[in-house]
Amino acid sequence: MLKWALLTTLLFPSMTSVSQRFQTLKAQSQCALIPFITAGDPDLETTAKALLVLDQAGADLIELGVPYSDPLADGPTIQAAATRALGRGVKLDDVLQIVRHVAPEIQAPIILFTYYNPIYHRGVKAFFEQIAAAGVKGLVIPDLPLEEADEILAIAQQVGVEVTLLVAPTSPSERIAAIARQSQGFIYLVSVTGVTGARTEVASRVEELLPQLRAVTDKPVGVGFGVSEPQHAQTLKAWGVDAVIVGSAIVKRLAQGTPEEGLAAIAQFCQSLKSAIS
Amino acid sequence: MTTTPLPSITPQPDALGRFGRFGGKYVPETLMPALSELEAAYEQYQRDPQFLSELQSLLRDYVGRPSPLYFAERLTQHYARPDGTGPQIYLKREDLNHTGAHKINNALAQVLLAKRMGKQRIIAETGAGQHGVATATVCARFGLQCVIYMGIHDMERQALNVFRMRLLGATVQPVEAGTGTLKDATSEAIRDWVTNVETTHYILGSVAGPHPYPMMVRDFHTIIGEETRRQCQEKWGGLPDILLACVGGGSNAMGLFHNFLAEQTVRIIGVEAAGEGTQTAHHAATLTKGQPGVLHGAMSYLLQDPEGQVTEAHSISAGLDYPGVGPEHSYLMETERAEYYSVTDMEAVAAFQRLSELEGIIPALETSHAIAYLETLCPQLTGSPRIVLNCSGRGDKDVQTVAKYLEEQSA
Repeated sequence: MLKWALLTTLLFPSMTSVSQRFQTLKAQSQCALIPFITAGDPDLETTAKALLVLDQAGADLIELGVPYSDPLADGPTIQAAATRALGRGVKLDDVLQIVRHVAPEIQAPIILFTYYNPIYHRGVKAFFEQIAAAGVKGLVIPDLPLEEADEILAIAQQVGVEVTLLVAPTSPSERIAAIARQSQGFIYLVSVTGVTGARTEVASRVEELLPQLRAVTDKPVGVGFGVSEPQHAQTLKAWGVDAVIVGSAIVKRLAQGTPEEGLAAIAQFCQSLKSAIS
Repeated sequence: MTTTPLPSITPQPDALGRFGRFGGKYVPETLMPALSELEAAYEQYQRDPQFLSELQSLLRDYVGRPSPLYFAERLTQHYARPDGTGPQIYLKREDLNHTGAHKINNALAQVLLAKRMGKQRIIAETGAGQHGVATATVCARFGLQCVIYMGIHDMERQALNVFRMRLLGATVQPVEAGTGTLKDATSEAIRDWVTNVETTHYILGSVAGPHPYPMMVRDFHTIIGEETRRQCQEKWGGLPDILLACVGGGSNAMGLFHNFLAEQTVRIIGVEAAGEGTQTAHHAATLTKGQPGVLHGAMSYLLQDPEGQVTEAHSISAGLDYPGVGPEHSYLMETERAEYYSVTDMEAVAAFQRLSELEGIIPALETSHAIAYLETLCPQLTGSPRIVLNCSGRGDKDVQTVAKYLEEQSA
């Protein structure tokens, strides 16, 4: 397994890990912007272009969602995007093919966002070897809590992919500490009790949860779910988060109009998010 | 009957909620504390004399338990050999419960639990509408707000139950996603729970979902098996030889089976929905044709494509139209403690008619699958073994579906 990690590093020397990216940003006292898109919506070609566009428009890392039939943690926007992508026959291998081509071209490390069943079905080890070889740097699995994550975390380390765990507003403090200890790359703080999707305000609970996290970990903290406006990003930065994650608001813009219009819209939106936290 | 050595099985899940390799908790982090809270509450109240006595008196006076164990004389005659011997068929009459199915056992117990946990809002998913009706019923009884998630396709084929739920004061929330069936309704109920977890209890209606649901729902239905054991003692002073039940998620089956798992002479059979046939893409035979995977919080057998995407199930019975199955059933199958077979829509409809004509009992289409399997099972048996079939629900809700099906078949 170490061989794979070594080989990946040799093949793509320019590619940085999620942790490294956060270290660089921290040295510059910057808050990271992590946009999310659903792979294959509206089509794979647009996904490849969107990665390039987001990278150009200020994305520091990019979350790439693998479409899934039963996305329990997602609200209507991302559900619909996944359904459209699956309707077009988008498969995990197609997504990895894009990563293989685009990752060497961009600065932002790619974090894959996928539900657990497709991972389990492929075989955990095979899955990790394949995503690492394609150039994926991080992984978020929204339906895999700490209790079920042991095997995944161990294998991830072997292939050099960082698995980021989620903390929720409902997580009690001892769980927060345990999750923070195990999470790799950064800690994904879910801002709301709820599924993904645009909200009108940033949940004020984030402000209370941050010091709790800071007390138990030095790892970077990224906040997502419901973050949908430059104003939200600005508020979060003021509270001291290390990264803001914006999903549905980007997925929605990318899906509107022609692919060219969608790409132009997300470029502009990504820039406005970035300038809000710069 | 030949006796096979008792497989080594453990009737309780481990600390992570696993039956062998099945079960567990595959849910968003937001729900993990709620599952722990539920686990702790269940642990506490299942030993609480006041809780148990309230539950027992409601099961007796409100639900109408115990449900009878009925000797199906004409059905038995139907399968008798020329010499008059043949399997003796008994029906465990869960269809006679208040609201017309076994589902109320679990809904009632969970609502008592939710009240003690201080939750004022109840949500549930439903396929056939039986669990939705049971949940709406107990919410009406205890004055709790109730939202039922139901696929739009199921709302159409189970229109009577939609009306019943609304009459009982529940909000029926249509789910358009996917195929508009039980799987999609369950996903939407889980999303609601993720969003409102602090005020809401989710009354999951089957032995599926994340731990502790498969264990807890099973336990709330084990009264079916306990009564059956006692009634068998009273009627013939022994155990049943064969237990037979339909399996969608598998709650009525687990309720009947669990009490007998350690009895090595008792043969245990679950019957899944083969829809248009297991050789087609239109079936719900999860254990027969699926592979292990994760759906709705648990590792179990699952209908899925080569990419690990969950595929659509099909059954004429809305209650069996589900691509997953309770994890304990997967465990019982892999340990060979229970056998699982499947019957088609057509066979189920024939059984629906047969029981109506022979016994004057209109069974639910779900139950009709277990009845249909008698056609295969009875000719294979020797002597006069006693079969207890869980008559899990009544079929009033299904008469329109069956009428339409028969019309289409004769067209």
